[in-house]
Amino acid sequence: MELFANQVLAGIATGAIYACMALAVVMIYQAIDHLNFAQGEMAMFSTFVSWQLMQWGVPYWGAFVLTVAFSFVAGIIIERLLFKPLAKAPILTNVAGFIALYAIINSVAGLIWDFTIKQYPTPFGSSPFLGSQLISTHQAGMIGITLLMLLLLFFFFRFTRVGLAMRAAASLPESARLVGINTSWMIALGWGMASAIGSIAGMMIAPVVFLEPNMMLGVLIYGFAAAVLGGLSSPFGAVMGGFLVGIFENLVGTYIPGVGNELKLPIALALIIVVLVVKPAGLFGRAIVKRV
Amino acid sequence: MSAAEEVEVVTEGQAVEAVPKRAMTLGYGTSLVVLAALVLIPLFVKNFIIFQMTMLLIYALAVLALNILTGGSGQFSLGQSAFYAVGAYTSAILMEHAGMNYALTLPIAGIVCFGFGFLFGQPALRLSGVYLALATFALATAMPQLLKLGYFEHWTGGVQGLVVTKPDAPFGLPMSQDMWLYYFTLVVSIAIYVASVNLLRSRSGRAFMAIRDNEIAASAMGVDVALYKTLAFGVSAGITGVAGGLGAIAVQFVAPDGYTIQLAISLFLGMVVGGVGWLPGSIVGSAFIIFVPNIAEGISKGLSGAVFGVLLFLVIFLVPHGARQVAIIAQQLAAKLKKN
Repeated sequence: MELFANQVLAGIATGAIYACMALAVVMIYQAIDHLNFAQGEMAMFSTFVSWQLMQWGVPYWGAFVLTVAFSFVAGIIIERLLFKPLAKAPILTNVAGFIALYAIINSVAGLIWDFTIKQYPTPFGSSPFLGSQLISTHQAGMIGITLLMLLLLFFFFRFTRVGLAMRAAASLPESARLVGINTSWMIALGWGMASAIGSIAGMMIAPVVFLEPNMMLGVLIYGFAAAVLGGLSSPFGAVMGGFLVGIFENLVGTYIPGVGNELKLPIALALIIVVLVVKPAGLFGRAIVKRV
Repeated sequence: MSAAEEVEVVTEGQAVEAVPKRAMTLGYGTSLVVLAALVLIPLFVKNFIIFQMTMLLIYALAVLALNILTGGSGQFSLGQSAFYAVGAYTSAILMEHAGMNYALTLPIAGIVCFGFGFLFGQPALRLSGVYLALATFALATAMPQLLKLGYFEHWTGGVQGLVVTKPDAPFGLPMSQDMWLYYFTLVVSIAIYVASVNLLRSRSGRAFMAIRDNEIAASAMGVDVALYKTLAFGVSAGITGVAGGLGAIAVQFVAPDGYTIQLAISLFLGMVVGGVGWLPGSIVGSAFIIFVPNIAEGISKGLSGAVFGVLLFLVIFLVPHGARQVAIIAQQLAAKLKKN
């Protein structure tokens, strides 16, 4: 029983990584109805920016704030320049655009900061949390930050005018336009917020997986799995999905023999497919009704 | 975002632009010119270039397969590398462990992949658009790890992979191995191309296209949507499998890390560049994914990925229909010149 409890705790710790990423994935899905395959690379690039700022002597939290601001603006600029003209294009074109963006960011980051693995600092320290060996203060801090972001998002969408406008623009664009909401800018805002959330996720994840241009691929797949499990339409679901995926991954690794690190990605694949087939709306998402 | 929110009404946008059936192929004259070029060029170039041309044909087959799936039936796949890998491994294992003739392994690779694709198409049935892209994306990233699994190591060679022997030209033909393999690939490719064109012109092809353009209308007309969608997946996977088998023979080597998500992305890009739903575009797309990375590296070594991405954006913005659009523009220009 103790082993089980320990594994669950360790699962929550890793799950925090996926929860962070899933939150960014859901954010962009809400705004544009697409999954951004370049999301992980955008987060990686932001993390490198913060690392560079720290190398130049900016203190951690200063770099943190600057990076989030930078990512927000960069997200908006990317949307305005590259994806706004594609808004009416078929899905296929958009997917190709995401992939092009992925290649560009990955390669530029590799050129500027090269592919060596870098240490990344944590503001929370990495001593055991409350005397537990399984969860470090950094992981506890990461869980705290994720939940804080979730809370802020909830308040933003629930109680602010802009939040309400964004929800309206996402669910019924035409009606939203009729009541005077600038839906096009709401989408840009969604990109900016997703990019900013992604940058926070990146900065939280980097101390665990270390900083390098390809750090996000595995995390992104798990982030997708978490978002799908929780429901792509629910930020709360995405965070819960992240924790569940982390716990699931740990338990499968412990109790099913022969499943080790080498099967990490196939597990994510199986999870994504099973959820999409059995319950496409996810655990916390709302079902989409199609008009015939 | 809140439970109280009302049920959303979604009228789904088109996933893929519709391409009329007639616009999917080339005229006879152009086809013959291309064919003549493909037959004659290898006689005058070095072995390395012949090898590259072989790869060009092989990737063109894989892009063609994806084109049938996406351009034909309107389904996405970012997971073609998985089918390619299964085909390559089937051929390699049959040749090296069972000592089978290389030519005989190809149909088997095709059939195995058809089965695999058909089965994968079952869960994919319930997914559309971006969800399907996601599921196949996950399949492609998971594939290398599956191939490395300890259980199959005896057959697959694990991380090391398998070495495949290159076949000699039969009947004592005075040809280098590369050249023989090229012509062998060419014959297979032409056969598959002709079969694909005929498939899309047949009843099944019309069913694919009806599903692509409007699933609900298609089912109202009596098309068995589930069957034809999985069939499209199966056919596409089968052709990709044959391409994979040919690829294994040409490269003389299979290893898990040769079939990563990068390959799947390349094939997808090849289709976009060649023009979705335009079968001859496959070879243009294939040329793009084989030669452009080299050119990009020539422009800037560290930035090859970025150059690749920028080129792709240019294609999306300037010629969203890929090579098909370029061909149409060229045709119109030629017509104008004739008039003057």
